[in-house]
Amino acid sequence: MHTISLEESVALIPNGASLMIGGFMAVGTPECVIDEIVRRKTHDLTVIANDTATPGKGIGKLIAAKLVRKIVASHIGLNPETQRQMMAGELDVELVPQGTLIERIRAGGFGLGGILTPTGIGTIVEEGKRRIEVHGKDYILETALRADFALVQAFLADYLGNLSYALTARNFNPVIAMAADIVIACADNIVPVGLISPDHVVTPAPIVDYLVMHA
Amino acid sequence: MEPQVAIASRIARELSSGMLVNLGIGIPMLVTNYVPARVEVFFQSENGLIGTGAPPQEGMAHPTLTDAGGRPVTALPGASTFDSAMSFGLIRGGHVDLTVLGGLQVDQKGLLANWMIPNKMVPGMGGAMDLVTGAKRVIVAMQHMAKGASKVVKKCTLPITSVRPVDLLVTELAVIAFRDDTAVLIETGAGVTVDQVLAATDAQLVVADDVRGMGDVASDL
Repeated sequence: MHTISLEESVALIPNGASLMIGGFMAVGTPECVIDEIVRRKTHDLTVIANDTATPGKGIGKLIAAKLVRKIVASHIGLNPETQRQMMAGELDVELVPQGTLIERIRAGGFGLGGILTPTGIGTIVEEGKRRIEVHGKDYILETALRADFALVQAFLADYLGNLSYALTARNFNPVIAMAADIVIACADNIVPVGLISPDHVVTPAPIVDYLVMHA
Repeated sequence: MEPQVAIASRIARELSSGMLVNLGIGIPMLVTNYVPARVEVFFQSENGLIGTGAPPQEGMAHPTLTDAGGRPVTALPGASTFDSAMSFGLIRGGHVDLTVLGGLQVDQKGLLANWMIPNKMVPGMGGAMDLVTGAKRVIVAMQHMAKGASKVVKKCTLPITSVRPVDLLVTELAVIAFRDDTAVLIETGAGVTVDQVLAATDAQLVVADDVRGMGDVASDL
């Protein structure tokens, strides 16, 4: 694990990169990283995340700045600009049921090729996918997702990069941390090693590549 | 009575102590206002919380304690938090006793459409498909009509949410139960006749022998 400045961390991300971004309606999204991406105008991004928040918040800022080429998400309904860009053909949107999305990411991080889920059987979601029967019940084969970078927001990080999360800001964060080639973590609080009890470490230090230093 | 109040207060009577319950956005959220006295349920927010409580007092909101709409909430004593994989494991895995969701259409077999209007409104399904597929019991809370047309239809014309039929539909006019691909009218709204319900309904309804008023059913004893 390396500590890194905010500017250096975002400089690692090339145009066209795929990003998994933590957060649920921008709660648990690393806003400082988002702001720096917008400042650098890193573009043609593929974003995998639960939602696109609202205009002016979290991933909504990337959408508004037209830096995203494709979004894989479960819900975009609270961001009219995402809907507008999708309808206008400016943004490729793949809508995935939330439980399927998080399991596809988990599979990507856990060395699995995909998952079998009953969610979406007989709906638009099943189109183009394989149906597999197991013990007499039908499932859809949903393939694993990975990304070039995971942008993670934690509550606590220690100097080694062990992470723990707060309340509903946990959401996608520990799952995406497993599913990307490079993990960039921000934390509300950076604390000495030992202050996070081993039982309370959710993302172990070896998973984290870069911890963004406070300015 | 406001339609939303009639719907939410009727659904609240389906709650019993110890249930794990997930409420969708809109009318379903209003159910929390009518939980009967002495009934203690766990409300789940699919963003990672069991034990979701009322919004906090002014000035007491915490930025990392929110519901699935991103609004500040409180956590009741005994609450727990978890990541999204766990949250949907609870949902898809059959651990959620009841979900209450809004609807655009429900058809006479109990199939629900509630996540998109092609080329018009494509918000995404969020957690709805997992909830309808995995929850032990599914109740739809919606108004009976929209723009003069019945939302209780013979067959959904909008994309369905799941092939799993819902268990109960509660509107301001009626309570309809779905049993073996059949829609059964079991209760009518206050001052509403069976004929009025049938006139406002596109779906084929079987009228139960003992149709009651939505307000008549004794509340939780």
